[in-house]
Amino acid sequence: MTDPANTPLNALEEPEITRPPRSQWRDVWDQFSHHKGALMGGGFLVFITLAVMFGDFFWQVDPKKLDIRAKDFRPIYTVLWNSDAKVGWAHPLGSDNLGRDHLAQILAGGRTSMAVGWAAMILTMLIGTTIGVLAGFFKKIDGPLMRLTDLFLSLPILPLMLVAVTLFRQPLRAQFGVETGMFILIVGVIGVTSWMQTARIVRGDILALKEREFVLAARASGTTSRGIIFRHLLPNVLSPIMVSATLGLATAIITESSLSFLGVGFPSDFPTWGKMLADAVPRMQEFPERVMLPGVAISLTVLSVNYLGDGLRDALDPRIRGR
Amino acid sequence: MKLKTILLGAAAAFAVAPAAMAERGADGHVGVIYWQAPSIPSPYLSGGTKDGDAASVVIEPLARYNENGEMVPFLAEGIPTVANGGVAEDLMSVTWKLKSGIKWSDGSDLTAADVQFTAEYCMHPEGGCAQLASFDGVDKVEALDDLTVKITFKKPMPNPYGPFVGGQTPIIQKAQFANCMGAKAQECTDQNFYPIGTGPFMVKEFKPNDVIQYVANPNYRDPAKPAFATLTLKGGGDATGAGRAVMETGEYDIAWNLQLAPDVLAKMAEGGKGEARSAFGTLVERLEMNLTNPDPKLPPETRSTREEPHPFLTDMRVRKALSMAIDRNLLVEIGYGKAGRATCNLVPNPAIYASDNTECLTQDIEGAKALLDEAGWTDSDGDGVRDKDGMKLSILYQTSTNAVRQDFQALIKQWWAEIGVETELRNINASVFFGGDPGSPDTFQKFYADVEMYANNFDGTDPQAYLSMYRCDNEPQPDNQWNGQNINRFCDPEYDKLIDQLAATGDINERAALAKKMNEMLTKDTYTIVPLVDRGRVTGVSNTLGGFILNTWDNELWNAADWHRIK
Repeated sequence: MTDPANTPLNALEEPEITRPPRSQWRDVWDQFSHHKGALMGGGFLVFITLAVMFGDFFWQVDPKKLDIRAKDFRPIYTVLWNSDAKVGWAHPLGSDNLGRDHLAQILAGGRTSMAVGWAAMILTMLIGTTIGVLAGFFKKIDGPLMRLTDLFLSLPILPLMLVAVTLFRQPLRAQFGVETGMFILIVGVIGVTSWMQTARIVRGDILALKEREFVLAARASGTTSRGIIFRHLLPNVLSPIMVSATLGLATAIITESSLSFLGVGFPSDFPTWGKMLADAVPRMQEFPERVMLPGVAISLTVLSVNYLGDGLRDALDPRIRGR
Repeated sequence: MKLKTILLGAAAAFAVAPAAMAERGADGHVGVIYWQAPSIPSPYLSGGTKDGDAASVVIEPLARYNENGEMVPFLAEGIPTVANGGVAEDLMSVTWKLKSGIKWSDGSDLTAADVQFTAEYCMHPEGGCAQLASFDGVDKVEALDDLTVKITFKKPMPNPYGPFVGGQTPIIQKAQFANCMGAKAQECTDQNFYPIGTGPFMVKEFKPNDVIQYVANPNYRDPAKPAFATLTLKGGGDATGAGRAVMETGEYDIAWNLQLAPDVLAKMAEGGKGEARSAFGTLVERLEMNLTNPDPKLPPETRSTREEPHPFLTDMRVRKALSMAIDRNLLVEIGYGKAGRATCNLVPNPAIYASDNTECLTQDIEGAKALLDEAGWTDSDGDGVRDKDGMKLSILYQTSTNAVRQDFQALIKQWWAEIGVETELRNINASVFFGGDPGSPDTFQKFYADVEMYANNFDGTDPQAYLSMYRCDNEPQPDNQWNGQNINRFCDPEYDKLIDQLAATGDINERAALAKKMNEMLTKDTYTIVPLVDRGRVTGVSNTLGGFILNTWDNELWNAADWHRIK
């Protein structure tokens, strides 16, 4: 090899590598970054998450502080079309009828809503996927598990919620304190009552997939059931799970708000986006921003999660990738 | 030519219209909206205000209270008193004379036998009558002749106007309900849904929990009334929607009980179709202090019962400090506007019974702090919350879910924080909170909290029954399935003596003095009950509806016969 005269024919030489080898994740990222909506959605989600997590370092106003003298401030931008509006830089997004600062409330409320949304969604996905995979893969427990799913589907959520609050509120409050206790309860109840759609979808996909040749091949080569599920089946049902996860996040935020509205959620002075929205409805005509701001925050968050899920699904599916 | 005739005819019709006002049914249709839907138009089978009101345009009592709280005869010839001999000297009986010539809507005559029957119907031991309290102490009701009825009591009754006075106890027809006594009362659907009455309207169509259609009663005693031929009572929705339907869109003429913030009501009134009217009765929004311990660690048999006194609310200085920290006038401004008045009294009305207690109306944060210092509550660990012997001054404060109440909670929490009291807020769905289910831990009777807020009032003008609620041992407890009415678990033998004394006193001025004293014992002497706002009843009324008089002493629709359209 050291003697240049003995160099083999050029034709047999390895072609010169013009670019570095591509990893799978690089492909995924390329595909993902072609999806404009997904990029924007992801960007917004990162922004809103950082904002609700660290916003109170920059805007150090207590969201629960009442200041009756400064009630009913309008957002700063109202000046653009109404120069008489009561505005002030102390309350850039205005204040409510008891003088609580709106910006601080949006930040604090967002933290609760996002935390509830994400936690409940993850719980929902865990339960739904587990039940769906087990029911689809193991024929013996398919019947009982699906009947259990039907049972949960037929449960009316609201009365169930009231019962759960009655039974578990006191012990959880004693154990974890008011706010953490309520958080666990709400996340738990939303998780327990909304996993059924995911379970059905996952079961359907698993039923179809497990008859395919590659599963047969895996089994023939001695892969355990556990290996088949984790290596071959789960990656293939990722896209429907992603879609229900994005929907689940939205539903969880909305459910939390309706619970707070009925008074079975967090204490009434604990802001969440949903509660801000519900509280603002009677004064909607005079102060549309009180409905708009939390409403837009909920919608944009849900929309960005949807787009993100859409992009991830495309990027993770090798059959779509590159098209 | 033809067009001209029509136009002339129309013009003539308009010219004649004012004269036609005095004719039954000339003004067409009137619409009433209640955001709680009536489920059965009978005050005897349901305690709900909505149900009693739905019945009140059909069936009538012997006498009603007018807007000033005075009795006016309806089916009776006049009001019996000791002076005119209608009430016996020994206060053991009262004799009513019926007006002659009154007919039921089916054309038959109203007689004293119907009145007697109504009493038997409600007092039937198996009936479960919702108005049994009005017949409290009644021994027997007998018809002396066709138009005379005598009510005999078991013991002297200084206030003999319980039965058949006010909208709760109207007269029903014997012929119709004869087979609906006792346990069968609930089964008589036709009779209960379509009662025959003497009132200005009769039920034409009833859809439970939705809507009632009424038509004018052809046999009503005044041939010129009612001015409306039909009446619709629509139920359901919420207070906001009902307010809009009257004041902004004008679809309805009357909207009942609009408990909405004053700025919201003012905005609706800008719609120009109606106005919000308010009148004051006896409804008081108050804080109730729990004198017993609601600690969840206690067993259910003794939790929130007199066996376990409250660790710190039993100290009068703490209760007084909590009251002093509150600015009641600001609460009124935020929550009720013109429909509320700051008050320190449990019995704010009628004037003769109202104590001149105004001490609590000025907020005194510094005084409250000093009082807590004096009671030994200091902030020893510097966390902003006062403590004593290792116990924090931390309060669980509950109420029902309602936007105005949640605003009140937030404000009061802030004031209490200023004097070093930590507050946890809780709001509970109203149908659970007021539902009275002995199995639920969240009812206002069980009072598994330190402080709770709600409003209560009394029927009619006499506060005796209301003040008697605070008798020792009348508190909700496991023995009575948590059905008692002494919510604070107040217990004072002195007070019990006054209750007995009030029940035996006939003279109105002596009664008033006693009632004032009892009111003060519960409020400014002990701060067991901390009144906040004397709440008016707010009703949305269309600008084109005439004759409607808001009455807090009787049913909302009490004078439906006098309503007319303003042209």
